[in-house]
Amino acid sequence: MILFLEQLLNGLQYGVMLFLLAAGLTLIFGIMGVINLAHGSLYMIGAYAGTLAAMQTGSFWLGVPVALIAAALTGLVMEAVVIRRLYARDHLDQVLATFGLILFFNQSIILLFGRQPMFTQLPDLFSGAVEVIPGLPYPSYRLFIIAVGLLVALGLYLIINRTRIGMLVRAGSTNREMVRALGVDIRLLYTLVFGLGALLAGLAGFLAGPVLAVQVGMGEQILLSTFVVVVIGGVGSIKGAFVAGISLGVIDTMLRAFLPGMLRQVMAGPEADALGVGISSMGIYLLMALVLLVRPKGLFMAGS
Amino acid sequence: MNSRILAAVLLILLAALPFIAQATGQSALLSLASRILIYGMAATSLNFVLGYGGMVSFGHAAFFGIGGYVVGILYHHADTETLFWGFIPGTTQMLITLPAAILVSGAFAAAIGALSLRTGGVQFIMITLAFAQMLFFLFVSLKTYGGEDGIIVRRTNELPFLNTRDRAVMYWVVLAITVAFALGLRRLTKSSFGTVISGIRQNERRMAALGIPAYRYKLFAFILSGMGAGLAGALMVNVLRFASPDMMHWTKSGELMIMVILGGVGTLVGPFLGAAALLSLESVLASWSEHWPLAMGLILLVVVLGTRGGLMALVTRLTGGRK
Repeated sequence: MILFLEQLLNGLQYGVMLFLLAAGLTLIFGIMGVINLAHGSLYMIGAYAGTLAAMQTGSFWLGVPVALIAAALTGLVMEAVVIRRLYARDHLDQVLATFGLILFFNQSIILLFGRQPMFTQLPDLFSGAVEVIPGLPYPSYRLFIIAVGLLVALGLYLIINRTRIGMLVRAGSTNREMVRALGVDIRLLYTLVFGLGALLAGLAGFLAGPVLAVQVGMGEQILLSTFVVVVIGGVGSIKGAFVAGISLGVIDTMLRAFLPGMLRQVMAGPEADALGVGISSMGIYLLMALVLLVRPKGLFMAGS
Repeated sequence: MNSRILAAVLLILLAALPFIAQATGQSALLSLASRILIYGMAATSLNFVLGYGGMVSFGHAAFFGIGGYVVGILYHHADTETLFWGFIPGTTQMLITLPAAILVSGAFAAAIGALSLRTGGVQFIMITLAFAQMLFFLFVSLKTYGGEDGIIVRRTNELPFLNTRDRAVMYWVVLAITVAFALGLRRLTKSSFGTVISGIRQNERRMAALGIPAYRYKLFAFILSGMGAGLAGALMVNVLRFASPDMMHWTKSGELMIMVILGGVGTLVGPFLGAAALLSLESVLASWSEHWPLAMGLILLVVVLGTRGGLMALVTRLTGGRK
């Protein structure tokens, strides 16, 4: 039971991470119709910038604004130089161009900082563990990530549903042409949404720093799962990204934690472990295939 | 007429490549050329569904890998003298392994296609990716066949009367198969079947109104395309003497897609050109600097933003815009 709860929290933390990335991606996808493979690069840039700032200044909290600003700035430049030319192109050109961006960013990071992974120091405030229920001490930093993720979700909900910009965003993901026809400066909206997505990706990257290693390729590791979240949740839907992100995070973590043990009861140890790891890695893709077969547009398709 | 002479010259050059490589001492040239031909075949297969049929499959590396694993697994059972599933003996005869690879990858394409083609657009991209990833993780977890490390195929498959262990002979085998494959595909795209497939890409509803069962046609195209990719994978394992799950990793699907887009979507020669450009650029840049992906990324960006229709469009523009 205690083990189960611990894994549930781990899953929640992973799910929140997926949500932070998927929220930006689903908006960019839904509103601008751009498949941005380089979203993971923004995550990586946020992680590197924040971690470097935190190491130089010795303060975790100073890393936060640096990570956010670096990721958002990179995102804005990326949008202005490359992405803006891709809006009218088909998905294939977008895939190729943003794949080129991934190569460029990854190699630039290697050139600047080398291949060695970096680790962020935990902030003093969250370096310990909290006893969630009696008998289960849980690292407070992971709880902090969960809290930040939920706060961002709440904030996004308020922005999307209560403000004028949010209204335009919702309108944009339902019918782009109509918004433009009504005289809204869609360019500005695009830039804003892209910047916001980059900001969230940078935040996720920096928060992941102390839990995972900050290294080249960290973006691609999580990118594919993020796309799965976006597609299951329904393109353009923040609500879908939240529901799908949290569920996938929990399901993935649970499978990894418990499946090998369950298989070991029916077959030999090493083979059970290998098969368990394999099947649990397959889990989210299996889920996506099932969801798409039942609901070809995802769970919460915007505008349906 | 002009293009025919060009093709003949190119073919003679390709056939003479082993001698050229030997004369200039560039032995790496031969393996690069083999890889270009094989990847070209896989990319062309992908292009058949992607460029002609409008089905953007992001999971074609799965069929490439399946074809490779058929060769690998049959070799493994022949080597250890065990039976696959208890009744299928292994073999190292290429005349058996290649058709087997084509059939098995076709069967997988039939299953994956039947499910995936119920969706469309971005969802189709993602669901094909999902199936490919599932197969990738399946093969990673199969400890009997090397798991993550894959199978080392110590001996290239045998052909009667030919010594396939000679790299030049193997190259000629690959070249012959490639030429036959390209000619077959050319016929296919010009056949009534190919025209229907193009028609479905342009307007599926109109084709349906003409009384054509679009789903069945698309599925059949998808299966053929999977078979082509499987054949390429089987040859690749013979050339590299190695089959691993990396063959079906999603980045491999991406690479195939890049070759198609770089060369020219919906053209016959384009994917071969794309494969040649990508692979030779990679080996040239890699010999200059270990930071070659930096230049590669920029070149890709410039190609996408600067040209529409890939290298083939560039070629037609340079040769006077004959379309």
